[in-house]
Amino acid sequence: MSAALAPAGEAGIAAAVAAAVAAGEPLAIEGNGSKRGLLRPVQAARLLSTRNLAGITLYRPTELVLSARAGTTLPAIEAALAEHGQMLAPEPPDFAALFATDQPATIGGIVATNLSGPRRITAGAIRDHVLGIRFVNGAGAVLRSGGRVLKNVTGLDLCKLLTGSHGTLGILTEVTIKVLPAAQATATLAVAVPDLGAGIGALSAGLTSPYGVTGAALLTPGGAGITALLRLEDFSSFVAYRSGRLRADLAPFGDVTLVEGDASTALWRGVRDATSLRAGAADAIWRISVRPSAAPGLVASLAQGFAMRTLLDWGGGLVWVAGPASEAAHAAVVAAANAARGSFMLFRAPAPLRAAVAVMSAEAPALAAIGARVKAALDPQGVFNPGRMRAGL
Amino acid sequence: MIALPPPKPGILARREEIVAALHRLVPGESVISEELRLKPYETDGLTAYRQAPLAVVLPTTTEQVAAVMGYCHEHGIRVVPRGAGTSLSGGALPLADAVVIGLMRMNRILEIDFADRLAVVEAGVTNLGITRAVEHAGFFYAPDPSSQLACMIGGNVNMNSGGAHCLKYGVTANNLLGLRVVTPTGEIVQLGGDHLDAAGYDWLGLMTGSEGMLGIVTEVTVRILRGPEGARAMLAAFGGIEIAGAAVDAIIGSGIIPVALEFMDRPCIHACEAFAHAGYPLDAEAMLIIEVEGSPAEQDELLGRIREICGRFDPISLRVAQTAEESMAIWKGRKGAFGAVGRISPDYLCMDGTIPTGELPHVLKRIGEMSVQYGLQVANVFHAGDGNLHPLIMFDANDPASFRAAENFGADILKLCVEVGGCLTGEHGVGVEKRDLMPVQFNPAEIAQQRAIKTAFDPQWLLNPHKVFPLEALPQ
Repeated sequence: MSAALAPAGEAGIAAAVAAAVAAGEPLAIEGNGSKRGLLRPVQAARLLSTRNLAGITLYRPTELVLSARAGTTLPAIEAALAEHGQMLAPEPPDFAALFATDQPATIGGIVATNLSGPRRITAGAIRDHVLGIRFVNGAGAVLRSGGRVLKNVTGLDLCKLLTGSHGTLGILTEVTIKVLPAAQATATLAVAVPDLGAGIGALSAGLTSPYGVTGAALLTPGGAGITALLRLEDFSSFVAYRSGRLRADLAPFGDVTLVEGDASTALWRGVRDATSLRAGAADAIWRISVRPSAAPGLVASLAQGFAMRTLLDWGGGLVWVAGPASEAAHAAVVAAANAARGSFMLFRAPAPLRAAVAVMSAEAPALAAIGARVKAALDPQGVFNPGRMRAGL
Repeated sequence: MIALPPPKPGILARREEIVAALHRLVPGESVISEELRLKPYETDGLTAYRQAPLAVVLPTTTEQVAAVMGYCHEHGIRVVPRGAGTSLSGGALPLADAVVIGLMRMNRILEIDFADRLAVVEAGVTNLGITRAVEHAGFFYAPDPSSQLACMIGGNVNMNSGGAHCLKYGVTANNLLGLRVVTPTGEIVQLGGDHLDAAGYDWLGLMTGSEGMLGIVTEVTVRILRGPEGARAMLAAFGGIEIAGAAVDAIIGSGIIPVALEFMDRPCIHACEAFAHAGYPLDAEAMLIIEVEGSPAEQDELLGRIREICGRFDPISLRVAQTAEESMAIWKGRKGAFGAVGRISPDYLCMDGTIPTGELPHVLKRIGEMSVQYGLQVANVFHAGDGNLHPLIMFDANDPASFRAAENFGADILKLCVEVGGCLTGEHGVGVEKRDLMPVQFNPAEIAQQRAIKTAFDPQWLLNPHKVFPLEALPQ
């Protein structure tokens, strides 16, 4: 890429898009570039960054709503929320370690990628908390969708369409998010389980209990046994009561240990950021989404193909896999995800591999045709992040 | 009055041929074309508008829906999907030249999996039917629109229905995993699946709330949740609307998200009390119903905290239910609110705007002024935690002037909602009712962008072409 543009305002973003359209030159779109290594490499004449669109523009704690310009960093938002005892419920991860960067994620990038943390299993994904967006479309027009209220079904929900669209349909310039009170206390029950099947059983037992489990993960370090983690978050007295009840419910699955305070928080940070996966520096990393009961079969079939590490989150519904960065390993992941009727994403790999393979699940032809028309409706000249999600789109 | 687009030339004249084709595509007693039998399909929950369709077809499989849609696509025939017909915004209102595809015979529950916490159901299963099918194991399906006994999950998906408990559990969009959909060109596609967050564009999210314009939903994979140990309600009544609003802010600000937080104003309290005899305080200007969940001890602690917070706002009365029966008694009046208003007025319009909760006192004061200006009574009931207002405007449908005034009053309320930073509809949908108000909330470029996405799905504008967007730009 020959040059980077980072305008200080929304009008500057719109002008840069209009110029790119006029010149017929595609743009690579990003915030701080903290997840630049995700999905396919973008071939573009210029890089257009929203990092200079910074600042919280509205925060009403009692209305559970916060608006921020796209370039506002996650630490800045979390600091503002912490002053009022609130949080981003979907627990957006910090992938700086995985992508070997020192850049903090921006809220625009978090929404554009829709990558949620452990609390997603009960609190919903990023996409469930986006109330409103401002964005620049591929004609250089500034548009809005949604708003700043918690309940809104007015018109087509372009917030959901653009969330997770990886900058291929529009450039987010400002987002409005639903925020929630942070819990007063947290604790984790760690269960030593004999195998993945028992582990999924323990997670399902927790998630089908009435105790409000907010995290359900499996650490599978290999050799040292498997640990099922179940997190409780609420008022202190509630956490104390529920951890006692849940401990009794989990006893049939293995020895149960109670982890509290900072140790509990650290465990979940490792799951959230996938550092608990302990991927090697040269490993490729995949994220596979399946129904939880399909996860043990998926992992078993992959283990026959290559040496790998895994980490399971979302009750077993999210399988992280680290393994050799080869087309053969990728083909095995694709086959296993398809066999489990799941959905995969090549999360991290050297650029040549990412450029060579399909980095996410294929769509049926009828849906792909609609997708191409929707892309053209928002970005007629195809200037936004060409090829980022799929080759040719 | 809302205009409907003129019938497409030639379609009405080909009625017999189209009906014969529908009979071929969907065998059995599945096609309705006699004038008298079309009557029930003329309208929905917005009974002020009526229009008989060309014909109604009641398929029993996704393949039949696809065959009918494919035929209509090939012949340029408009299609209106219909579930139970409970829409309050005219979402199921037909067109004279349209085939109504009714999903009510697709009412099978295909799969329930408690360990994976999901159920796969056909579009014609009722909202409450899902909960009924899983409650023996302590589970429920969370969104609970007040029509939940009758309304169908396919309609819930299309309107992104909410309910009284979405402050904690979210709306329909937050409780889905996958959809089976027939596209406007008659192809069957799967959106999402039985897992979370499928890679690629969020078709599931875009389809939810698209008001039957992007495809016909035939199967739905929903998340089912384990119920709490228990739930209990309390009632808090205040001497002013501002005071009650401040109490709501203080509760949310304290870090408590009650599972439900309902607000009623004085006219609504009186109507409900006369109807349900729930023991509501008649000297109050505003009343809150607050429900919490958890173990008995947790309920006690939460209700104690909320009681203490409400105590700071000089309450007229505070009543904490001690038993499930006492909770039901507190809810009884609220649940009968629409019926109660129906008893004191021959007709009412139920509005559905959402406002930032901080704007509540200002908005209710303005609604009161409009009530005087239009000479029509209004009762306000709303979901206080999320700012979703339901003003009930009372009028007489037999008096055209009264109906016109009610519609104008409603439109003014919705314009006010947008003016203070809110939106036209929180959970009922735009339908035909609020279609012509869309330019109040969106500028022309924004409407054009949404319409371009509709075109991407439905190039001929055959599916529900008369809903959501102003008619001016409807392709001929």
